Amino acid sequence: MTDDPRSSKKYSKIVHETVNKKYKKRIIVNKLVTIFTIVCVIAAVVPLASILIEVIKNGVSAISFEFLTQPQGSIGSGSGGIAPAIQGTIIVVGLASLIGAPIGVLAGIYLSEFAREGIFPDLVRFFNDVLTGLPSIVIGIVGYVAIVLSIGSFSVLAGAISLSIIMIPIVVRVTEETLKIVPYSFREAGHSLGISKARITLSIVLPSAKNGILTGIVIAVSRIAGETAPLIMTILGTSLFFTGITGPVDALPLRIWRLASQPYESAHAFGWGSALILILMILALSVGLRFLAQRNTFKVSA
Amino acid sequence: MAIEEPIEADEAILKGARESTSETKKVQESTEKYKVRIEKVNGWYGAKRAIKDVNLNVKDKAVTAFIGPSGCGKTTLLRCLNRMHEMTPGAHADGRVVVDGIDIYDKSIDPVVIRRRIGMVFQKPNPFPTMSIFDNVAAGLRLNGMKNKTILREIVEESLKNAALWEEVKNELEKPGMSLSGGQQQRLCIARALAMQPEVLLMDEPTSSLDPIGSSKIEELVRILKDSVTIIIVTHNMQQAARVSDFTAFMYLGDLIEYGATNQIFMKPEKELTERYISGKFG
Amino acid sequence: MNSLGSKNSRYISSLFIVRNKGHDKLFPGLVIGAAAYTLLMVGLVAFSVMKGSIDIFSAEGIQFFYQSDWNAVEGRESFGAFPYIIGTLLSSALAMAIGVPISLAIAIFISEIAPPRIGTPLSFVTELLAAVPSIIYGLWALFVFRFWVRDLIEKPLYDAFGSLPFFAKTPFGLDIFTAGIVLAIMIIPIISSICREVMRVVPNSQREAAYSLGATRWETVRVAVFPYVKSGIVGASMLGLGRAVGETILVTMIIGNVIGPSAIPTTLFSQGQTLSSLIANEFNEASSDLHLSALIALGAILLVLTMAINVGARLLVKKKIKPSSGAKSQ
Repeated sequence: MTDDPRSSKKYSKIVHETVNKKYKKRIIVNKLVTIFTIVCVIAAVVPLASILIEVIKNGVSAISFEFLTQPQGSIGSGSGGIAPAIQGTIIVVGLASLIGAPIGVLAGIYLSEFAREGIFPDLVRFFNDVLTGLPSIVIGIVGYVAIVLSIGSFSVLAGAISLSIIMIPIVVRVTEETLKIVPYSFREAGHSLGISKARITLSIVLPSAKNGILTGIVIAVSRIAGETAPLIMTILGTSLFFTGITGPVDALPLRIWRLASQPYESAHAFGWGSALILILMILALSVGLRFLAQRNTFKVSA
Repeated sequence: MAIEEPIEADEAILKGARESTSETKKVQESTEKYKVRIEKVNGWYGAKRAIKDVNLNVKDKAVTAFIGPSGCGKTTLLRCLNRMHEMTPGAHADGRVVVDGIDIYDKSIDPVVIRRRIGMVFQKPNPFPTMSIFDNVAAGLRLNGMKNKTILREIVEESLKNAALWEEVKNELEKPGMSLSGGQQQRLCIARALAMQPEVLLMDEPTSSLDPIGSSKIEELVRILKDSVTIIIVTHNMQQAARVSDFTAFMYLGDLIEYGATNQIFMKPEKELTERYISGKFG
Repeated sequence: MNSLGSKNSRYISSLFIVRNKGHDKLFPGLVIGAAAYTLLMVGLVAFSVMKGSIDIFSAEGIQFFYQSDWNAVEGRESFGAFPYIIGTLLSSALAMAIGVPISLAIAIFISEIAPPRIGTPLSFVTELLAAVPSIIYGLWALFVFRFWVRDLIEKPLYDAFGSLPFFAKTPFGLDIFTAGIVLAIMIIPIISSICREVMRVVPNSQREAAYSLGATRWETVRVAVFPYVKSGIVGASMLGLGRAVGETILVTMIIGNVIGPSAIPTTLFSQGQTLSSLIANEFNEASSDLHLSALIALGAILLVLTMAINVGARLLVKKKIKPSSGAKSQ
């Protein structure tokens, strides 16, 4: 500690000199960084806008009543429609959701409410995380080996089960996280009334988490509705309507892929039209399920 | 290193002034410069005016305390003095704050420039967690472009000495800043601020998160530092203000109620509101 | 209490027990079963992939990894994964080189620069990028974007640097370069949303400390925010990498679809093939069991690769984001 009050001024001059020298450059660097971030934001937004514009622009012209209700005409003719694909998507995604949503929610409930410390819940969480990152083409292979080969045919079942494998980890994670947010006091109240844990979970905890869980399901279903790769080797894709759960079927993403690889303008137009339908369906799904959720949710205040 | 003449002259006046017993009267009468002149300052959070029309002149090389009940605007006023107030989303301030003849709110002034001449110490110590003690103190200098290792080392040592921390850490400068105790971390933050050679040091309730021993160390530090830096300290602890400051400003609900020498404020407050706060009738 | 009263209360209590018994036993069983199903799925994945690829590995062994030919003609079958491993790595590396800086810049903009009324809608818009199915990315890239890339980026680069080996190929848009760019666009939402999340958690007092020393905004981000979020950014990038590596349908539409030794890219504008795109292309037309097994083996490589990346990524990210308040019951 110095007694001389003037000694702290010793460095003042050199500090201020250095600082003043470097000031301009620092301000320029700051401005450049800001500009760079804005450019990057634009770089992300422009493709999105372009995608939406192109899908709408090119897709709208292909849509007609025939497009939505008829199977495809002969290749290159530009006649017919993609009705089997629409039907197929609804069936396969619907079946996958029927399998995936309940299992996912139940497993999420397990992890949040019933799991004790131990290796089993840790394993479940770990492998759930692993599953979320698996490439969907690999899931398709699994569907092929496990189901197509066992049943002997490309089938709705194989496709649905493959899609459910993609869906479940997403639902599990969202369910667990949503349930964790529900205040512990809710469960405490139930315990103190002597209600069983199952009852508490079903009647108290779950309803208050309904919104979040439903959102998670919607996200997962939207995701699998757009998946193409797993369908390639499970449902095969046909130009026919649904024949049975063990038979092949078409689906929108698959149809788009096939149409895009054909050399005909009319096929490409159909492709854009199908893309538009796919996006509209996914949108309708999100909006629809959210709407249902709003109407049926308990408003629980803390 | 050459020492600027005016400062020497001022110090002579102030030193002489302090030595007399009736220092309050003398200080008010003498013609020494004010370090910071606060003129008609308003501070806003969106549409809500948190401090109204504050006029206040802060004396150089002295400790000025802002006191008042919570919500009175003392911290807002403090943060207006180094243009940190406007960093809160939606917040802005108007009026003039003249430091050494320069209005820091002038349109042509970049706040970045202001903040290195007016340092700040915060309520909770906030050393940079990934930096060593040395790097923490040198952080401001490095950020502002100083690279000369010798000078950095000298300034770091001097700053740590001025912050009464050197003896405790001189052999451990490479240790992480977070490895120190709360009181030491706060002194580290003071050293970090001092390294920038500020002319004014703003302290926002610097001891409120410390234990009594840590607090008294900081208070002792303030008393010594004021000879080289003008200090403005916000405190919710009246006794601290009485112990440490030369001048005190009492604020209430955004208004400056009374300002004067600490002795006078605490012994013979002019306003009734001041008197009631001082005697603990509300707080 | 007289004996009659206590008999009643015992009767009522027994009713309670009987009524709840069903729920008590069934429900926990259900949830545990569902959780076990997760493990079952993992087992199924591992088993299927192993079963499907065993043939090619027993036929070729370790050669499969560094061989380049891809010959499905019966009698002279020979399969090697090397070009596609390279293709996957290169296209993903390109995606990362472009995507990570852009994602980080976007995260900085939303988290540190933009006021909330711009930042919030902007983060929503970036999320929309993630919601677009990859088949639609593929469609757009095939019919629209590749022309932009060819004309606005590739042709000028070729004109300027065409003599250098790296650029010495006439570009026509369907190549590894375009694939890399579109992959980058696809992974931007993943990386930037996690980066934003970890930045959000940095205490404001740190930023204030930097500002009070006279730092500019960028310097504050560098000094006060970055040290906190370094491992989170790496984790986020790895998650993006995992996505890029596993992407199939987009890649197969714009990477050019070559096979065999010529599939090893030698220039920026070469055509290529990735592990996933080849599987998608040939699976339904596989000419023999060995061919199919080779394709599944490609899937096995892909599986191991993505698992490693994703596990590493999760470990890094979990450290940085605080877990939500636990609501575990005893």
